[in-house]
Amino acid sequence: MKKYDAIVIGGGHNGLVNAGYLAKAGLNTLVLERRHLVGGAAITEELLPGYKFTTFSYALSLIRPDICQELNLPEHGMMTLPMPNHFHPAEDGQYIKLGHDTYENYHEISKLSPEDAEGMHDFGHIMDRVCHALKPLVDMIPPNTQSQDPEELERMAEFHAILEEMEPDVQEMVQKLWTSSIADVLDEYFENDLVKGMLSSSAIIGSMCGPRSKESGMVWLFHKMGEYDGIFGEWGFHKGGNGGFTQCLARAFEAFGGTIQYEAAVEQVLRKDGQAIGVKLEDGEEIYADVVVSALDPRNTFLRLVDPDELPQDLVNHIKDFKFQGSAAKVNFALSDVPKHPNHEKSAELFRGFLNVGPTFEYLEAAFADAQAGTFSKRPFIDGCIQSTIDPDMAPAGKHIMSNFVMWAPYHLKDSDWDTERENLGDAVQDTLNSFFPGFNDLVLHREVVTPLDIERIVGIAEGNIFHGELFPDQMFMNRPAPGWNQYRTPIKGYYQCGSGTHPGGCVIGAPGKLCSMQVLRDREKALA
Amino acid sequence: MPKTTPFHPRTEALNHPMIWENWAGYLVAPRYQHSDLSEYYSVRNSAGLLDTSPLFKYKFSGPDAEAYLMHTLARDIRKCKPGRAQYTIWCDEAGYVVEDGVIMHTSVGEYWLTSAEPNLRYFRQIARKKGFNVEIEDISADYGILALQGPRSLTILKELTSDLNGLGFFRLAHTKIAGHDVVISRTGYTGDLGYELWVPTDSGVPVWDALMSAGEGHNITPIGLHALKMARIEAGLLLIDVDFYTARYAWTDAQRDTPHELGWGWMFKNLSKDDRDFIGRAAIEKEVVENSSRWNTVGLVIDWYDYQAKHREAGIHPPMDGVFNEGTMNIYRISDIPWEYGGYATCMMYSSLLRSHIAIAKLPLDLCEPGTEVDLEISIIRRSVNVKAKVVALPFFNPERKTSRE
Repeated sequence: MKKYDAIVIGGGHNGLVNAGYLAKAGLNTLVLERRHLVGGAAITEELLPGYKFTTFSYALSLIRPDICQELNLPEHGMMTLPMPNHFHPAEDGQYIKLGHDTYENYHEISKLSPEDAEGMHDFGHIMDRVCHALKPLVDMIPPNTQSQDPEELERMAEFHAILEEMEPDVQEMVQKLWTSSIADVLDEYFENDLVKGMLSSSAIIGSMCGPRSKESGMVWLFHKMGEYDGIFGEWGFHKGGNGGFTQCLARAFEAFGGTIQYEAAVEQVLRKDGQAIGVKLEDGEEIYADVVVSALDPRNTFLRLVDPDELPQDLVNHIKDFKFQGSAAKVNFALSDVPKHPNHEKSAELFRGFLNVGPTFEYLEAAFADAQAGTFSKRPFIDGCIQSTIDPDMAPAGKHIMSNFVMWAPYHLKDSDWDTERENLGDAVQDTLNSFFPGFNDLVLHREVVTPLDIERIVGIAEGNIFHGELFPDQMFMNRPAPGWNQYRTPIKGYYQCGSGTHPGGCVIGAPGKLCSMQVLRDREKALA
Repeated sequence: MPKTTPFHPRTEALNHPMIWENWAGYLVAPRYQHSDLSEYYSVRNSAGLLDTSPLFKYKFSGPDAEAYLMHTLARDIRKCKPGRAQYTIWCDEAGYVVEDGVIMHTSVGEYWLTSAEPNLRYFRQIARKKGFNVEIEDISADYGILALQGPRSLTILKELTSDLNGLGFFRLAHTKIAGHDVVISRTGYTGDLGYELWVPTDSGVPVWDALMSAGEGHNITPIGLHALKMARIEAGLLLIDVDFYTARYAWTDAQRDTPHELGWGWMFKNLSKDDRDFIGRAAIEKEVVENSSRWNTVGLVIDWYDYQAKHREAGIHPPMDGVFNEGTMNIYRISDIPWEYGGYATCMMYSSLLRSHIAIAKLPLDLCEPGTEVDLEISIIRRSVNVKAKVVALPFFNPERKTSRE
């Protein structure tokens, strides 16, 4: 009979972070991974010899800096490469190309609007202060609104103190982003449509909302909380893709003495007298442990791995109502060369960061309207990256790999299904890229289309929502994934949750994994005392 | 007018910010693009190409060349067989460090040495005074030097020559690149897999072009001095005028360092088996016997939590990106006496790769044990604040590929 101190279900990045902390604390910890590789939605796959596809997740920013310290990730090969350029093309051939020099960027935007160029500095400064003020909230176990426990009251006081200590302009901005659309916020700061379009992209990533939807401010803010070397809102490419990063997590976990069992799909969490005692795998194997942590999404955690009948009805209702509605897709290419923009000499430099195809609110709203009507966007928003322009390990010499994150591709299609529409979506993305970069079609060596259905099938996330549930205000903080159950515990003693469906939320961030481990270890300490 | 290096026609065209630094009277680029960090990362991720031509270069030959170098240099040149290179130093009679450099035994009895400062008169005076029959030539203007550093450096060079197969760390190869004679050593100042190429001045441009063209698919990136300086701190390699001064022009011994005080004691591990009469030997031996080193040179890793917390207390976000300081910073003992002086850091930076602020420090011997905690004085909103730091052994970063056999 196999017996561990702790079992973590799912070797995605949060599962590995959680397991890393548990192993570091001395628990004999087992990660059970359904697939042949860990990483969940943060994997790198060699689909063609020499071409490394970041099938799903493709860049890093939100990963908590304290986790990198505490799990010794630099020792295990963590290397996040900076993005020296970003490119935002318009439909008429204009573009904004941003680099690393503040004043070159100023002059670049001045061509469109001198006031907006200066506004970028003002906006950057207020947002830095907002992110700085909110950072403790991301890294804390949120208060439980359903509890009168003195400890919870203390937490609530701490939460209110953070909000109240903010300077008035910071507080006002936080409130605005929490309650209104990114368009409302940007309209106040900027005049140029292209500038506003460029700045809004983080507001729609992975979410069923357009820049004019009121949820978009929150989605935008969440993404800005990431940092690169202390710069809020900056992103980097992990060496070898995001799969390279999760491999570091796996090495860190194993260095702490942890074990990973591959091709081990969990059928259910075993319970006895209201307490988790282990898991049963799909092949019938039973493995026992005092602590069982689900790194899966809330729907899988509460409605599949355990019997919902054993759970409080209000929790079950909340989870059933929890909005997943995956709406993001990936279309990845192997390319024979970098694309060429008609008004720029051919240059890999354009693609050493994010290529932002989504010029204006108008463009984005039209793409979102398609999704609201139940189809994928005919001219989608695309966040493109050619990581091979920086990391030579991603493609054979002189060749390239291009990751394209695509909005919107709603999980529920109105009059069709994704097995029918998969390549049509691929065509729409390719046609769009070809319109911005004429000749793009001739560069394509291979294409991989990943729909929300594929994300659900391959990674296992309900409805393929990359965040394990929408990052909308009513699904955050005290409510993620449900009021009273926002502190990584579940009603079943010894059964915990640490997926992106818990606070603070999605992206390769690790905080749910870490915060959950703190809860597990504290409960364990209390039980032993 | 400052001089230009043999690669200038190419580096000038690539220098996007159009800023030059004066290195030993030559124009060199501090950076070619706006992001030092991107250039730095090319050394850890792909390959960085750096022009180090302004180094002074000397050739030693003649019947007494070996005997002369046995006497003048502190490390035993006899260990540097033909086809090898050696990191070496030269000291004064009092056992203080004059300079460091890399010497290459290019052919039997012929040696090439780099140095940061002019040393022709210094070397020749020793030969004259002690009667060595050695020819010492300044070949600085005859060669440009390119450093190709990073995990892809070997792959790139292999496209241009087949003579590097199995070339070990600190070994040399005489070869041709694009038809031009070059001497390549597996050396560098980045702590990574890397090579340095001595290129005859007239061959500068075609060799540069050949490297850039072979490196294109491997993301070869021209890098400036700043990226180099970031990499060298991680590599724990000391820099003259930052981490130490030459004993030659110091006013007082307080400005001078012995090799042991710079962490170079490893150079003298087998001194009892070494019968050479080299300059500084008596003093170095005495220092070892009496354990009289005043300090040692060690690494410091600044406590991540304390650095975050001290800035947050002051109401600001902790600076990380771009933090780089080559000025002296004070270090205090952690004791009951506030601000009890311990030593100083000579350089400090935020290492993006290691995700920590790191420093090179000179500390009294009782503080040099790895794991020892000290306070490092930094400035937060124009106020002196101490942050905790921990002593570590140098280097900070030492990948296997640096010294690995293929």
